[in-house]
Amino acid sequence: MKRNWIAATAMVAAATLLTACSGGSSSGASDEKVTLTYANWSEDQTPAMQQIATEFEKANPNITIKVQTLPWTEYWSTLQVGAAGGTAPDAFWMLADHFREYAKGGQLLDLSDTVKSNKIDMSVYPKAVSDSYTYEGKSFALPKDFDTNGIWYNKALFDAAGVKYPDDTWGWQDVQDAAKKLTDPAKGVWGIAAPIDSQGGFYNTILQAGGSIINPDGTASDFASPAGVAGLKFWTDLQAAGSSPTLKQLSDTEAVSMFENQKVAMYFSGAYWALRLYKNPELKDKVDVAPLPQGVKRATVTSGIGNAGYAGSKHPEELKKFLAFLGGTKAAEIQAATGTVLPAYKGTQKPWLDAMPEFHLQVFIDAIDYSVPLPVAGNASEWQGLAAQYLAPAWDGKKPVQDAAKEYQDAVDQVLAKK
Amino acid sequence: MTNVATKFVRRPTGRRTGASTPSGWWALAFIAPATIGLVVLYLWPFLSTLIKSFQDVPAFGPATFVGIENYTTLIGDGDFWKAFGNSALYTAIILLGIPLAIALAALIEQVGRGRSIYRVLFFLPVVTLPVAIGMVWRFIYNGDFGLLNYVLSWFGVDGQFWVADPRFTIFAFGVVGIWMGLGINLIILGAGLQAIPKALYEASALDGAGRVRQFFHITVPLLSPSIFFVTILNVIAALQMFDLIFIMLRGVNNTALADSKTIVYLFYEKAFVQFHQGYGAAIAIVLLIVIMIATALQFRLQRSWVFYG
Repeated sequence: MKRNWIAATAMVAAATLLTACSGGSSSGASDEKVTLTYANWSEDQTPAMQQIATEFEKANPNITIKVQTLPWTEYWSTLQVGAAGGTAPDAFWMLADHFREYAKGGQLLDLSDTVKSNKIDMSVYPKAVSDSYTYEGKSFALPKDFDTNGIWYNKALFDAAGVKYPDDTWGWQDVQDAAKKLTDPAKGVWGIAAPIDSQGGFYNTILQAGGSIINPDGTASDFASPAGVAGLKFWTDLQAAGSSPTLKQLSDTEAVSMFENQKVAMYFSGAYWALRLYKNPELKDKVDVAPLPQGVKRATVTSGIGNAGYAGSKHPEELKKFLAFLGGTKAAEIQAATGTVLPAYKGTQKPWLDAMPEFHLQVFIDAIDYSVPLPVAGNASEWQGLAAQYLAPAWDGKKPVQDAAKEYQDAVDQVLAKK
Repeated sequence: MTNVATKFVRRPTGRRTGASTPSGWWALAFIAPATIGLVVLYLWPFLSTLIKSFQDVPAFGPATFVGIENYTTLIGDGDFWKAFGNSALYTAIILLGIPLAIALAALIEQVGRGRSIYRVLFFLPVVTLPVAIGMVWRFIYNGDFGLLNYVLSWFGVDGQFWVADPRFTIFAFGVVGIWMGLGINLIILGAGLQAIPKALYEASALDGAGRVRQFFHITVPLLSPSIFFVTILNVIAALQMFDLIFIMLRGVNNTALADSKTIVYLFYEKAFVQFHQGYGAAIAIVLLIVIMIATALQFRLQRSWVFYG
């Protein structure tokens, strides 16, 4: 019976060996065939990513790039589980608010040497974006693109209501007045979409009021200060005036869809919608974009996607090569020429503007001068999730803005206090 | 004489376990694939979850032991109790689908030809992707141009924002949940119906029992083991509800989300969005205990109502 036991163990051992072999390492020789995966979350951008990958393969015939697109709703959980389990994609998109956890956890490939050896000049990227991918002085991702905010508006609805288009002279009151005039309940048209939106919405107005969202050392938030409350009130006033669909309506139908369906005349949001709006034949000739209005001062938050590499990748050298390519001019130009996004690389943005000449997209580039990085202190994904819960009563007019802002601030501060 | 007896009766000389014989080892080898699968895919994750529930586990990197801290936080966490209440309400609504399934199963049984067509129609939602179901129902429930509100307007009823108003979300999910589970319930109950001897109906008809009386005095009692089985399955599935809320509320900046979370959604959020895996593990363990209690309770209660021929 001992022999049988040995036979059984041998079978199991053989099976384990087989799997071990198939997963064998193969880094080293540079002419060896190597496949790298490159993950993103955007169907819209996949064709451009594929084109960049093909361009890279041409220059590096031994490396094959497999572009993977995951739905946004699954992207982060898949990446997190993959990174912890050693099966994460080699290269992937990173966002500033998730970055710290990954860098702190040692999951990202340190690109400092790559930057040095490839003589990559970090000043070609918007500082607000490249800074957000630096952890303890080391670069872990090269900026892919960036976005600032502007007022997307529907010219046809402005014409119908006889309201002057927004321009760079507009202040807060101009938005409030125009939104009121543009609203026509009979037609089911509203002047503006006022959802509880941080990046496209109240962060910008808080900064415009002279506030700071989160203090510089990342220990406390600034929602209940006079500037914070003023920035929130900009939106609750629009709700109170009936110039926007209600929160419930905007929960059922996203603000961007409302704008696409020509139900709202103005929508504060980022450069990233440009291609989607441009490709829509209904909207192409009706839509344009203007700078955000001025409050006490001009301001917009900015952020951008970074291309990061997985520290557990089996082919770190090839991966570094690919990431350097993604951060270079060629990749930026492909993104710009296809109109996909606003590339982060300085001087490569012109083709993006030219790809959609009907839109005044220069607005987004000019906004770099007064842009502020999206705040990402502490466990950002935790405190960011609190906005809707605490601010909804203020948006619905059930609670004074000051009170809601104070409760929101306390809840965020509590998260920030946890190391 | 006693010696003679022992001569003919072969007695085992020692306690023999199955595994100590050659055939026993072979048996082990053959069940190994299934056992290894069970250990690797179920037992190990369970133990690892149990261990994590007593630890503070960051997104990546080493975990630290924190004793029962996760559990004490859980008890004081208003979000958890709200999610618990939502899950309980959802489960209660799902249970209302069982009488509906019984009645439908009995009606389908009455159909002479084309019975399987009905079964297929009711089973379709079961084999449809939950994502697709979520999208379609989001449209049906839409407050501004949804199908449901349109139909209600024919009767002069004011529509609501079914999945954007926290007062209605759980009920809205419940309706979809019943619809999604109906197919499975009908198959199990239908099989149970076919096992009821037709003679009982004939005999009762001779005694003057009508359809309704037959239903309550023959069908329901004889179907009770199937009903019990279906109830167990439905309660477990309902307590684990996650996909509908994920598809219908998340990712679209829906402000009703904060008040509509279920236990499993909260688990997902803590473990995978906020990077608190230890706390998430504690939620999972508590859910396991809740499901065990709910199931044990049903087994206790079944003694009084389930009729095993």
